[in-house]
Amino acid sequence: MKIIVCVKQVPDTSGKVAVNPDGTLNRASMAAITNPDDLNAVEAALALKEQTGAEVVVVSMGPPPAEGMLREVIARGADRAVLVSGREFGGSDTYATSQILASAISKIGVESEDIVMCGRQAIDGDTAQVGPQIAEKLGLPQVSYAAEIKKDGDTLTIKRMLEDGYMTIKVKTPCLITCIKELNTPRYMSVDGIFECYSKPYEVFDYNTLKDDPLIDPTTIGLKGSPTNILTSFTPPQKGAGMMLEGADKETCEKLAGILAAKHII
Amino acid sequence: MDFHLTREQEMVRKMYREFAETEVKPLAEEIDEEERFPMETVEKMGKLGMMGIYFPKQYGGAGGDVLSYAMCVEELAKVCGTTAVIVSAHTSLCCAPIFEHGTEEQKMKYLPDLLSGKKIGAFGLTEPNAGTDASGQQTTAVLDGDHYVLNGSKCFITNGTVAETFVVFAMTDTKLGNHGISAFIVEKSFPGFSVGKHEKKMGIRGSSTCDLIFEDCIVPKENLLGKEGQGFKIAMMTLDGGRIGIASQALGLGEGAVNEAIKYTQERIQFKKRLSQFQNTQFQLADMHTRMQAAQYLVYAAAMKKQNHEPYSMDAAMAKLFAAEAASDVTRRAVQLFGGYGYTREYPVERMMRDAKITEIYEGTSEVQRMVISSHLGVK
Repeated sequence: MKIIVCVKQVPDTSGKVAVNPDGTLNRASMAAITNPDDLNAVEAALALKEQTGAEVVVVSMGPPPAEGMLREVIARGADRAVLVSGREFGGSDTYATSQILASAISKIGVESEDIVMCGRQAIDGDTAQVGPQIAEKLGLPQVSYAAEIKKDGDTLTIKRMLEDGYMTIKVKTPCLITCIKELNTPRYMSVDGIFECYSKPYEVFDYNTLKDDPLIDPTTIGLKGSPTNILTSFTPPQKGAGMMLEGADKETCEKLAGILAAKHII
Repeated sequence: MDFHLTREQEMVRKMYREFAETEVKPLAEEIDEEERFPMETVEKMGKLGMMGIYFPKQYGGAGGDVLSYAMCVEELAKVCGTTAVIVSAHTSLCCAPIFEHGTEEQKMKYLPDLLSGKKIGAFGLTEPNAGTDASGQQTTAVLDGDHYVLNGSKCFITNGTVAETFVVFAMTDTKLGNHGISAFIVEKSFPGFSVGKHEKKMGIRGSSTCDLIFEDCIVPKENLLGKEGQGFKIAMMTLDGGRIGIASQALGLGEGAVNEAIKYTQERIQFKKRLSQFQNTQFQLADMHTRMQAAQYLVYAAAMKKQNHEPYSMDAAMAKLFAAEAASDVTRRAVQLFGGYGYTREYPVERMMRDAKITEIYEGTSEVQRMVISSHLGVK
């Protein structure tokens, strides 16, 4: 059994977001981190590895320095890593990226008992499109927004967290799952994991590695093959701190109703 | 000397920093206030390999290096002096002498549990009448068939109440002075061993410090560490390594205080200006940072020499002397920059100042470090 986890190196948007004059993110001026939701996917994979002995393969598309991030995921407990990297892939939007990643995942191989895992969405684009698109390209059943995963044989019972409630779904492997932060708390890298991570298997898939795959069509990958055009990007204005009312007594409720009425909300 | 960190060292520092900020910093005030040993943190550190950083994997260690160990103590001390000394005393004073002087059987028996953090280690050298003058040991060990019988007591033992494995020193021949001292591995469960009173301390208050009492304590013969009469040498070699740990603790405490002072002086307004806009603040912080940076070079140099099996006794003494005095000075200056707020327990700098003081005292006072350094210089 194998669990393939997709991870992405993203600029840390928890501080100030820097935008280039052309509207794209100024990645150079922001610290690079592993996308937080992806670490929940990694943790879910490592937990299943402890339960089943599965091999955990981590895959990322990005420039060569993304190796550091992949080694860090190995230091957390993954078995090996694949970096998908090439000039031909640069500038890909979610549509092109999912084609390239689907091709790389096919090359790694998805067997009948395997699972592909992704974070729900990356904090740089916030689209939540790549995971589901990979599933479509690979013809895998997909379960998004996983907040709980239980495995019994070839059946996974997954609790999805939606805006208005939970939905529990049963799915058979092979499948793709996108994970949310409520699923788990990612473990730290371990000292022994760190001192071993550069000796674990690491491969780079470039354009030549993948070019024979029908998904790798020059017209649907890279900047030219990306249908998305960014019109404008900006840092949203900071929201105010809001107002907190505490208590369930009549006085507080009346105060709340008064405030809402004054704002014509009720 | 090349101070560039390897990519593994960079990565491990990042991990320590995340761990310290997330798991250690939130408990620092509470464990100080309540004088509570943070066992839950030790369990987490054990799982992450932080209780056996530079020991080989064959004994259950993490396979790292001495500098990565020093950085661990440093990063922990930036937010909590107590947690830092727990790792330092366990690693340098118990795991290290067993690894460096133990037989293969002793290493296989004791190291896996210690290095994985399942058991905590401690070191018993100091006695009421043998502090800086460690040669004045009064605890005795008498061979009786297949075991030694230990009698006496130890004091100020870091990790004492929580440790299960101790490296203990006792006189096997009182006529031979230093050459009559021997080292033993003592388990908490050995008959005749008990733990005495818990010290109430000025700083590192979450760390457990207590007396050890030996009343006809039975220690199997095979638990002699090294040979009879080698105890003093083992103790001094162990303290050389321990000084790297305490120097790292002092380094982290000073750096942590600088970080807090930079943050605070950029927020605090007096005379319609941020404190950081006053030249006095700028000069103070420049001096504080410079002292800690110099300390870091000394500490890292000592750690790298130990890693490379080069003589490092004088380097460790210089690192501890300088880092400890720098930490005391820098944390005191940080309190001064905070003013009245710095004197309250609302901010961490008063705790850092209290924690820093001990680094000038334990594992060899600053005066002892000066003795070690001058003796290496041949000054008599």
